[in-house]
Amino acid sequence: MKRPEPVQIVKQRRDAMLQNLVTGVPYAQFLGIKFERHGDELTAVLPYNERNIGNPMIPALHGGVTAAFLETAAIIELTWAMTWEDMEAGKITEDSPRIALPKTIDFSVDYLRSGLPRDAYARARVNRSGRRYASVHVEGWQDNRTRMFAQATGHFLMPTRDG
Amino acid sequence: MSDKQQARQQLLARQFIEAIPHAQALGMKVVEIGAGRAVITMPYDERLIGDPETGVIHGGAVSALMDTCGGAAVMSHPSSPMGTATIDLRIDYMRAAKPGDMITAIAECYHMTRSVAFVRATAMDADMDRPVAAATGAFTVDSGKGKSK
Repeated sequence: MKRPEPVQIVKQRRDAMLQNLVTGVPYAQFLGIKFERHGDELTAVLPYNERNIGNPMIPALHGGVTAAFLETAAIIELTWAMTWEDMEAGKITEDSPRIALPKTIDFSVDYLRSGLPRDAYARARVNRSGRRYASVHVEGWQDNRTRMFAQATGHFLMPTRDG
Repeated sequence: MSDKQQARQQLLARQFIEAIPHAQALGMKVVEIGAGRAVITMPYDERLIGDPETGVIHGGAVSALMDTCGGAAVMSHPSSPMGTATIDLRIDYMRAAKPGDMITAIAECYHMTRSVAFVRATAMDADMDRPVAAATGAFTVDSGKGKSK
């Protein structure tokens, strides 16, 4: 029987892959979006930044920032899910060509309450992923996991893959 | 409303929108605003790229522009609401914006009730005949009544 890989090697491979995906998107860097990983589960984190405010009177996060945050969470989750098997099989190395990202067809955001001036979190769920199209749902929250401040559904065009 | 009053209201609306921290961060400029219609531009910026392979702007940045423009259209409606917030916004991405091009969004508040404003918006790059994205949204209307009474 094949011995399981040492845990550090597995973690290193997954974290490097995730890091590559996220740092490859300049706009995610601009907003300050980070990702936390537990196994294959990703949580997107948007640390509070004064620059992301849309209504200085309340103050509240800009609706566009919320939309961008949820869309980024959806795209990264979808790409992550799409490449997971190849990554685990060791088929993706540092010399591999850049991973093509899915393209957004449409994105619909439901603003449930105003975004507070503090960190925000998001988790995406791929509801359907076919060869060409995918449907992804995202939930965004702040202080309480059960009190979403926004949710979204998006459809994506999958990149053409070899093989 | 007199022309003078109207011009003043437009100036205030422009200053209000351009003072939004995130609108500033994205370099948004109000080109036109009034009568429930707003035109806002956003310059091309490498920090807003979504796909480094192509240099195309991230959909999220276009969302931010559409959202701001939609809110601006609501605020400029003749019924002069005191405030607004997005209830929902759906964006269709029709094609990739050309890297290097400024994005222009045009939003129109086409119907308004006492509590809800309905908005349509379009985003274009330099090729104005082929929109890059279209949006529809519903916004809250804060009439200012009920709070200060």
